Amino acid sequence: MKNALTIADKELQTYFVQPVAYVVMTVFLLLSGFFFFALLRRFNVMLEIYGAMQNAQQLERFNLNQMVIEPLLHNMAIVLVILVPAITMRTFAEEKRTGTYELLLTAPLRTGEIVAGKFIASALLVLIMIGISSLFALILVGFGNPEVGLMASGYLGLALLGVSFVSVGVFTSSLTQNQIIAAISSFGLLLLLYVISWPAQAGGASFAGLLKYLSLPDHFGQMVSGIIDTQDIVYFLSVILLALFLTQRSVESARWR
Amino acid sequence: MIEVKSLTKAYGSFVAIKDVSFKADRGQILGFLGPNGAGKTTTMRIITGFMPATSGTVLVDGLDIFTQSLEARRRIGYLPESPPLYADMRVDSYLRFVARIRGVARGKIDEAVEHATKVCGLDEVAHRICGQLSKGYKQRVGIAQALVHDPPVLVLDEPTIGLDPRQIHEVRDLISGLSGDRTIVLSTHILPEVSQICDKVVIIAYGRVVLEESLKALPAGTSLEEVFLNAVATERHADPAAAEEALEEVEAGHST
Repeated sequence: MKNALTIADKELQTYFVQPVAYVVMTVFLLLSGFFFFALLRRFNVMLEIYGAMQNAQQLERFNLNQMVIEPLLHNMAIVLVILVPAITMRTFAEEKRTGTYELLLTAPLRTGEIVAGKFIASALLVLIMIGISSLFALILVGFGNPEVGLMASGYLGLALLGVSFVSVGVFTSSLTQNQIIAAISSFGLLLLLYVISWPAQAGGASFAGLLKYLSLPDHFGQMVSGIIDTQDIVYFLSVILLALFLTQRSVESARWR
Repeated sequence: MIEVKSLTKAYGSFVAIKDVSFKADRGQILGFLGPNGAGKTTTMRIITGFMPATSGTVLVDGLDIFTQSLEARRRIGYLPESPPLYADMRVDSYLRFVARIRGVARGKIDEAVEHATKVCGLDEVAHRICGQLSKGYKQRVGIAQALVHDPPVLVLDEPTIGLDPRQIHEVRDLISGLSGDRTIVLSTHILPEVSQICDKVVIIAYGRVVLEESLKALPAGTSLEEVFLNAVATERHADPAAAEEALEEVEAGHST
């Protein structure tokens, strides 16, 4: 564990020196800020219109959670599909390209420690990013009265989603020494997991059930709408563990006879 | 200290090294000599546990590099063909990182880094960024990372390649200064380097060991060059074109 933290520490520093971290965070926060502004603006305009119409019933149904927070979280999830591969692509591919992979593999480190270190660093970066974006939620709490529990559940979902993305990205990076190949293949995998439930209506019940179970946004959507179900949490944890296990195998395979 | 036992490495149908065996005792500097493409790097990568052999094994201090890998790797300092530097890190924090992953105790890290910095003459560049160093300094940082945890075994893959003549001398002096109790295996294709600093020479050609001899045991009056040519010549019949290449290599090495 100590070794994993040593590697995580070094990785995290590299993100800030390179300076991948600042660029990715800036892009993420700018885009989410834009979505937040646009959604809030729409909410305001609609509120005024319905207010002018003096339609009390319609006005009742208006709430910040449904009209701002939920779509904001879904939009941020899509931004993460694009940005997380950019964060994770270098984890193993860069080491292989520059030859420092030889240093890591000949040092007295267990393969699991190397994988854990890389994963922890990238996951932390994504969590920091999501953490800063929770400012939007705080603004809403300050100026309106959204349901805090609902928001917390949604943010927990976003965090789990982001960390799952990281584990998939670390895995594809361990397969190649080319960072672009690593990024594109993890982007492809994540996008596939994102849209996998689309043909669900076309198939039979069990087929639809399977696709829906594999679909990331279905599980994420549950948490965004405030339902914390162990089934969803188990799903995210299985994605993370499976991806990390495959990464460990792929790194370890260099030592197989 | 290091015992290489009939290593064979095949990449598909291409056999990179075949039945390579040799031994280096404690305190010896072993020169691992051979033309380019003879299998030097492959052998060293197997010794250090970076890649597996197809068959055969290596004992480091009595520990098998495959079955007792972690313990064996703890005893090795390794400089790969190109120094494994993180281009964005400062020299001192890089050495600190290497010391930590190589298992230097927390309280002794400062001391270890300071010692390696001093021995390799890196004081002036300790705060510079690795990626901006000259080739010579990069090589020296590479040697410093190999010995930062004070290992009993050093494996150096062409430590003087690409350096200017003055730097070559510095690095050679540095290596002979490091020996003492340490076992050092260094690969090269420059003959004078071996006669200057090594105690023992192993010549490899076309993936096979053609000579393993202590330098003192070489017949008086014969130069290392003759020995090398004779050794390689015995393999020449197998592949004339490669033998010619080997000759060119030697001449190139001789002029440096």
